[in-house]
Amino acid sequence: MSFKRLKMQLVKLRLLLIPLFVVGGLLVHHWVPAQAQADDTLRLLYWQAPTLLNPHLSTGTKDFEASRLVYEPLASFDARGEMVPFLAAEIPSIENGGVAEDLSSVTWKLKSGVTWADGEPFTADDVVFTYEYISNPEVGAITSEYYTDIASVEALDPTTVKITFKEPTVAWFVPFVGTNGMIIPKHIFETYNGPNSREAPANLAPIGTGPYITEDVKPGDVIVYVANENFREEGKPFFKRVELKGGGDATSAARAVLQTGDADYAWNTQVEAAVLTQLEATGIGRIVPKPGPNMERIVINFSDPNVERDGQRSHKDVPHPFLTDLNVRKALSLAMDRQTIADQLYGVAGTPTNDYVLSPENLRANAPWEFNLEEAAKLLDEAGWVDSNNNGIRDKDGVEMRMVFQTSVNPVRQKTQEIIKQDLGKIGIDLELKSIDASIFFDSEPNNPDNLGHFYADLQMYTTGNDNPDPTGYMRRYICEEIAQKENNWSSANDSRYCNPAYDAMYAELVAMTDPDARDEQVKKMNNFLTVEDVAVIPLIDRASPAAAANSIEGIDLTPWDLEPWNIKDWTRKS
Amino acid sequence: MTRYLINRLFISIPTLLAISIVVFAILALAPGDPMAEFATNPAITAEVRENIRRSLGLDQPIYIRYVKWLWAFLRGDMGFSFNSRSPVVNLILQRLPTTLWVVGTAYLLAALLAVPLGVISALKRYTFFDQVVTTLAFVGFSLPTFFTGILFIIIFSVQLRWFPFIYNSTLRVTDWASFVAQVRQSIMPVMVLVLFQAAVLMRFVRASMLEQMNRDYVRTARAKGLRNFVVVNRHILRNALIPVVTLVALDIPTVFTGALVTEQIFRVPGIGALLVDSIFRGDTPVVMAITFIYAILIVIFNLVADILYGILDPRVQYTH
Repeated sequence: MSFKRLKMQLVKLRLLLIPLFVVGGLLVHHWVPAQAQADDTLRLLYWQAPTLLNPHLSTGTKDFEASRLVYEPLASFDARGEMVPFLAAEIPSIENGGVAEDLSSVTWKLKSGVTWADGEPFTADDVVFTYEYISNPEVGAITSEYYTDIASVEALDPTTVKITFKEPTVAWFVPFVGTNGMIIPKHIFETYNGPNSREAPANLAPIGTGPYITEDVKPGDVIVYVANENFREEGKPFFKRVELKGGGDATSAARAVLQTGDADYAWNTQVEAAVLTQLEATGIGRIVPKPGPNMERIVINFSDPNVERDGQRSHKDVPHPFLTDLNVRKALSLAMDRQTIADQLYGVAGTPTNDYVLSPENLRANAPWEFNLEEAAKLLDEAGWVDSNNNGIRDKDGVEMRMVFQTSVNPVRQKTQEIIKQDLGKIGIDLELKSIDASIFFDSEPNNPDNLGHFYADLQMYTTGNDNPDPTGYMRRYICEEIAQKENNWSSANDSRYCNPAYDAMYAELVAMTDPDARDEQVKKMNNFLTVEDVAVIPLIDRASPAAAANSIEGIDLTPWDLEPWNIKDWTRKS
Repeated sequence: MTRYLINRLFISIPTLLAISIVVFAILALAPGDPMAEFATNPAITAEVRENIRRSLGLDQPIYIRYVKWLWAFLRGDMGFSFNSRSPVVNLILQRLPTTLWVVGTAYLLAALLAVPLGVISALKRYTFFDQVVTTLAFVGFSLPTFFTGILFIIIFSVQLRWFPFIYNSTLRVTDWASFVAQVRQSIMPVMVLVLFQAAVLMRFVRASMLEQMNRDYVRTARAKGLRNFVVVNRHILRNALIPVVTLVALDIPTVFTGALVTEQIFRVPGIGALLVDSIFRGDTPVVMAITFIYAILIVIFNLVADILYGILDPRVQYTH
């Protein structure tokens, strides 16, 4: 092609491009920035899209979150662990006669004059109905476990509810409080209290007592809320309209708030620390860490994943060749570089910890930990694990110290795995890393050998924690009776197959205790037993779940015991 | 012809049944569970789980669930979504307009761009124009949509701030401003799809044109002294576009089922995004409904393509 011709072609090409730029320019010119036209609209971004607005039938935290703008519990706990009344007129206590002396019942006084968004009065009957609905096995309520200790719930008068427990219980504050305690209206759900629960239109068109009502619900996409005109507090909420958009991923959700301003608030922006810091540098938004009871841990398999018995591997009666050795477990805990993992990968969203129970604050044992590879190597030497065949890996009686370490697919988790593999490699332990898609790792299908309940590996890593201020249920995870096996479809909580009569005895004591201070001490004692003395589990990171918020939004107050929009009526936009 | 049609329709029924059995079995056996997120929650005990399974109807054997599903589907009931507990058909209808708007526009634009570009670059083979277009096409179908999607977001949303990268499905087009907003938010997802679709189609058109250009009938036409325009338009193009029409017809089902990756990236609430979400959440009734509708569309459009072929090319005989 001659030069002249090439030049002509370029001219033609340029002529072609001009109209394109003109059209593009026109479009940009006509655009009014979204912020300018919608000051009274709050734009929330949830990278997991809510699909259902009935908190008792929910299939994920996202649904609870989206329901919380509409429904309210009787009371909730704030970040300092203090109770805040919602539908209750006052917080019951032994002093004011609300809680029975022997802890066998609790009587709640309700606010009077509260109405549902459709104008119907809210009464004690609604609370009684909520209990009947949740405890009906045919409904299949996800929250039912929180209500199993209840003997009866009665309405003494329209504004008084009495809950009687089967046995005296210190955790009288669990039912109807916080995340799992949202009250639903009797007059709407009455005819759906049975196997037809899923057909209730109100599952997607909720009527609540909260600050907002839904205007438009598109499951898996967007929910538009408008202020509830019947809300009892004058002048609240401040935002007339809330749009909750769902979908996408955590990184781009953080970007939309921190970098482009496409949204005002993004939930659970669990992204690598370095990425968040970079996005935050734009200066239009901030990271709000949500404190919580969630802890990233290494779960140890006390049974042998490589031997099959009765059609299952990791059988509780086949002990692990070396993880049952306390010195080995102590060495593993010493070899975890918690500080580096926290600094490099979690940033503001995580601090190193060796505690099993993180929250409430008064239950924290502050168990000691250190990162010391030499000490770890020494412990292994003493236990007789030495590299006798010079292949770089310790062995004993012909067993090589090789392990499979599994977790879900997630960039932060894979990097944590790498750090641990390197450190363990230095002291002669060989790790094979395995990562499993989250939807497979976290499912409970009895036929799925790759989920955490089957635990067909030596170590695995995930996050959980107690979901209310009473950690009894969470302490239960390590008793012998809870061992996950084929008989119970691997659905119980003790995936470690850990069984120690000493721990079981401590748990039995805890359950029988009624004195709050003695209980606190007992929880701490059990905590230290699990993580220091017996190393049944290796805690790594105290995980806060960071949210991203525009600098213009004020009033956000996150608590570990309730959902993020729990005080949305107080959120405002600074002008 | 009629007999051929009836025959084809009868063959479709066992095909679709077989597809539905295979898909249903795979979904029933695959790991994944609607309660997955609560796996580490201490409050979700085995008993609670069992109640939930029962309330979703998962306690029955697979074959009974299949027969129930089939019977309901034949009556137009696609079941309830595990996740939103609303009828699957509502979820699909809610998202169909968005999918048709974004994917349909992209498809239309791609076809409008690809056919003339393909024709011109075939006619002007090895010229500068041809080289530019074929290079672009090569780039277009080599780059996966998730890559171009993120590239577009970084360039046009983050750097230039031209377009929003979150698709707002509550936007209603009522006036000029809202129309502009609608166009603005659609540009990036549409362009990502156009780039890919047009590239594939353009290469096909070009190849098909080149194949016809040296045929004897073209030479005859030229020898008769016909003008170049007439030769191209009446002779080459007509024949070259026959396979293109088939390709387009077979691709139309994808317009209805959305663009999985692109919708996910731009948060476009289309059917593709619904399918991806439902797979992740183990929401089998939704996955089943969408895949099966897709299967039905493919069977139908296969038939349409065959019939179109006969209309465009009279040499095709319908026998069986």
